Amino acid sequence: MSDVADRVRKIVVEHLGVEEAKVVENASFIDDLGADSLDTVELVMAFEEEFGIEIPDDAAETIQTFGDAVKFISSAQ
Amino acid sequence: MTAGLMQGKRGLIMGLANDKSIAWGIAKALSDAGADLAFSYQGEALKKRVGPLAASLGSDIVLPCDVGDEASIDGLFDGLKEHWDGLDFIVHAIGFSDKNELRGRYVDTSRDNFTMTMDISVYSFTAVMQRAEKMMSKGGSAITLTYYGAERIMPHYNVMGVAKAALEASVRYLAEDLGKDGIRVNAISAGPIKTLAASGIGDFRYILKWNEYNSPLRKNVTIDEVGGSALYLLSDLSSGVTGETHHVDAGYHVVGMKAVDAPDIEAPNRKDEG
Repeated sequence: MSDVADRVRKIVVEHLGVEEAKVVENASFIDDLGADSLDTVELVMAFEEEFGIEIPDDAAETIQTFGDAVKFISSAQ
Repeated sequence: MTAGLMQGKRGLIMGLANDKSIAWGIAKALSDAGADLAFSYQGEALKKRVGPLAASLGSDIVLPCDVGDEASIDGLFDGLKEHWDGLDFIVHAIGFSDKNELRGRYVDTSRDNFTMTMDISVYSFTAVMQRAEKMMSKGGSAITLTYYGAERIMPHYNVMGVAKAALEASVRYLAEDLGKDGIRVNAISAGPIKTLAASGIGDFRYILKWNEYNSPLRKNVTIDEVGGSALYLLSDLSSGVTGETHHVDAGYHVVGMKAVDAPDIEAPNRKDEG
């Protein structure tokens, strides 16, 4: 498991209050992890802060799952 | 440092979203100074965020309000009156626009979004003060939040800049109308801060960097710094101040050009712009 995935998982667990085991590759923030629309914006903001990157709106909209987030952040770094 | 400054004062905070909100910085400063707080929220998504934050400051007055709806604003104040027989201060931290129009050209603003932006971001403060006035029989203090984009062109701020200019003008007229009753009305023009609302503004990271490199204090302001200034404006320390737009922006509003020691920076994603 990569360092990026671990850090993303930690943010997701803390922000959404879900069990670590549920944060898997294909877990959808909204459908599987109970996020609402504001949560998704807050998660993106938390990712930006943690990794020092900017995630533009059009990219943020494509980040639906834990795996999407890890993939985007890994390529943006 | 400020303990007791707001002892016995009761106030309503409108527009709290999460612990990154400017309204949160203000609420914490007021609470630390001894104020009793009530909060309004719009919609369930915000309710579940505002409730725990209010509770952490010892407040259990958390009421719904859609500022776009007159009956809803009446409902908020009716609800408030069930808890309190008077009101000392108001914090209005509300604005809204279609984020698709917070990029590109201002000239392309649609009539619908212009009207909605003015309604929610400008008129809502006047509508709230109409009700608040009646609860402030012993005088009071109100603040709203604005931004330098009201005075000068800021990238992407567009229709929100026009709305903030109108909001600042409305602060002056409200100050006149309500001043006779000892109610003071001021605005805080905060520098850019990464909040939920700011996430709708394009190139925000670039804007933050620019302000950090070019403001006299060479930094961006925090929600706690805005909280400190809000505390002054809402307390009796500022009893001689009304109608003011007070800049809490590390001094950026007095700058004329790029600082010579500021590094050259580029906004990302330029290739995406037409």
